[in-house]
Amino acid sequence: MNATTLKSTAPTSLPNQTHPAHPHRRKSPGWLLVSPSVALLLLWMIVPLGMTVYFSLIRYNLLYPGENDFVGLENFEYFVTDTGFMPGMTNTVLLVGSVLLISVVLGVLISALLEATEFWGRGIVRVLLISPFFIMPTVSALIWKNLIFHPVSGILAAVWKFFGAQPVDWLATHPLLSIILIVSWQWLPFAILILMTAMQSLDQEQKEAARLDGAGPLAIFWHLTLPHLARPIAVVVMIETIFLLSVFAEIFTTTNGGPGFASTNLAYLIYTQALLQFDVGMASAGGLIAVVIANIAAIILVRMLGKNLTDKA
Amino acid sequence: MATLKIRNLRKGFDTIEIIKGIDLDIHDREFVVFVGPSGCGKSTLLRLIAGLEDVTSGTLELDGRDITEISPAKRDLAMVFQTYALYPHMTVRKNMSFALDLAGIAKREVDRKVEEAARILELGHLLDRKPRQLSGGQRQRVAIGRAIVRHPKIFLFDEPLSNLDAALRVQMRLELARLHQELKATMIYVTHDQVEAMTLATKVVVLNAGRIEQIGSPLELYHQPANLFVAGFLGTPKMGFLKARVVQTSSTATDIELAAGPRLRLPFEGSQLAVGSEVTLGIRPEHLVIDPNGQLPVTTDVTERLGSDTYCHMVTASDEPLTVRVPGDFAAAYGESLKLALDISHCHLFDTRGYAVSRVLQQAA
Ligand SMILES: Nc1ncnc2c1ncn2[C@@H]1O[C@H](COP(=O)(O)OP(=O)(O)OP(=O)(O)O)[C@@H](O)[C@H]1O
Ligand SMILES: [Mg+2]
Repeated sequence: MNATTLKSTAPTSLPNQTHPAHPHRRKSPGWLLVSPSVALLLLWMIVPLGMTVYFSLIRYNLLYPGENDFVGLENFEYFVTDTGFMPGMTNTVLLVGSVLLISVVLGVLISALLEATEFWGRGIVRVLLISPFFIMPTVSALIWKNLIFHPVSGILAAVWKFFGAQPVDWLATHPLLSIILIVSWQWLPFAILILMTAMQSLDQEQKEAARLDGAGPLAIFWHLTLPHLARPIAVVVMIETIFLLSVFAEIFTTTNGGPGFASTNLAYLIYTQALLQFDVGMASAGGLIAVVIANIAAIILVRMLGKNLTDKA
Repeated sequence: MATLKIRNLRKGFDTIEIIKGIDLDIHDREFVVFVGPSGCGKSTLLRLIAGLEDVTSGTLELDGRDITEISPAKRDLAMVFQTYALYPHMTVRKNMSFALDLAGIAKREVDRKVEEAARILELGHLLDRKPRQLSGGQRQRVAIGRAIVRHPKIFLFDEPLSNLDAALRVQMRLELARLHQELKATMIYVTHDQVEAMTLATKVVVLNAGRIEQIGSPLELYHQPANLFVAGFLGTPKMGFLKARVVQTSSTATDIELAAGPRLRLPFEGSQLAVGSEVTLGIRPEHLVIDPNGQLPVTTDVTERLGSDTYCHMVTASDEPLTVRVPGDFAAAYGESLKLALDISHCHLFDTRGYAVSRVLQQAA
């Protein structure tokens, strides 16, 4: 009977609890077979999560070792009332939203154009369009910082000078916009990759039927291509959201979250708490808040877009 | 009114010519069926008519208007695709009204036309479903409905029934025939199913390797095939072919000697045939009779019993296959030696190049 309670509460428990004495349990060997991996994944998740929860509830500042007494929700309170919290939240939302918008809209347009037109070297153009995705975030951020945004040696500065304008110090004057551009540059290829592949699976005869029905290229795009892309767009939005919530390297290598909190997002804020102020407790509280926010975002997305995924076309 | 004139139409993909000069007239209210073996260019020809492919040379003329260079939408033709090509995320209603909506026709008029088409096709209760919620036959009907609402000058069908099961195919075939009557429409229909061709068509066009082999009514083609290809293509089981040599000719009769043995005197115009030339005798399974006094000795091969009829496959002395239709309860043992009588008045004779030799019109006897 111990085994029965275990079964209902912890599906992770060890395989040896499936005893021949319980014949009904043997009817579901599938459960038995997946249990090791489920157990491993749960451990993988639960141990760090548990530690984070624990740290978030105690005083844990590396500058004051030994004073690890229980403080309840104080860490959360401090994190939420920190001057960086509101800008961090806003910047996270702006960053995720803008990059999603840019990568989906441009991704759809670029892949539609690539699909619609025949030109020499299309294969090479495709590879080039997708290649930024394979560059490490730190590297691409450095490239943007030093080759494009740099107020003296950057390409944009050269363009500005060519037109006789005063070069702009992008990272200093438009820090969030700059970060958005960098991150979009990295994630647009992902959108293109997914959407282009999806575009190729659009039934040719449907397009021909639409042509006979009097639909021009725009009408075909609007009435056939876009609905066909609903599902891949949902995939792009979901996957990108999850990764974009935790953008860090791009900020770290370019603006360091500044000036002030102008380009600090939640992930960067947690980092500053943990490693610049050595307050592990508060950083853990921030981490938990980030986890909650990510889950809320995920639930909303699954609600909104998940229908698209299960809806068979 | 809809008349289509096709003049010397050619189409090549890259360097390979697929349609090699087609001349064809399609008249108002005809049900024209293109048949031919796979890959002969039926679909390509239909797509050229629809405007989905650009012609390499030649002209298409619809009701006196040259449509060769006109975009598919402006040709006033509607096409039903083999895979139906329904718009998957639109309801049945929207699928059918799509063309009308694009053309900016008033909502009430669109609704009326959709309801009308739905009534003809018995789709009324399905109008708010999505294509994936329909069965194959229902999808097929929606695809046809999408064509009907547009009141096109010509309906184009590309093997519309080939994805349906046998029973449904028979039913849809009848419905198409009924639709043709009801709409008084001109239809062009592509199939490689000769039963569809025979039952639906008012005019059959037999295509082979990008060329027209013969044009005519189904029975004309069946009874007077112009060449070996048409003779062998139409009719199930296939017409039997026997190699022969001309031994004597006159204006009223031709004597031939079959490779399988016997000599026959046939009522064919012999003046065009050289004595000694190779010819082919064609005879359909229903024009052969098992008869102890028959001319042609054969050995039985396998027997196919269909219930109403039985088809006996035979092999002649010269190792040529022949099929004989016999009553359903006929029993023949494998390997049995029998004799066949040929119905001379229903034989076909083809010259060395495969063209039919004309029959002597009226026999004095
Ligand atoms: N877009 C294309 N590019 C190159 N070749 C093509 C193209 N479309 C068709 N063909 C060739 O043209 C020939 C005729 O094709 P088509 O589709 O018209 O045949 P079909 O008579 O409809 O055959 P089926 O009964 O199998 O449908 C084929 O040999 C095919 O390979
Ligand atoms: Mg075809």
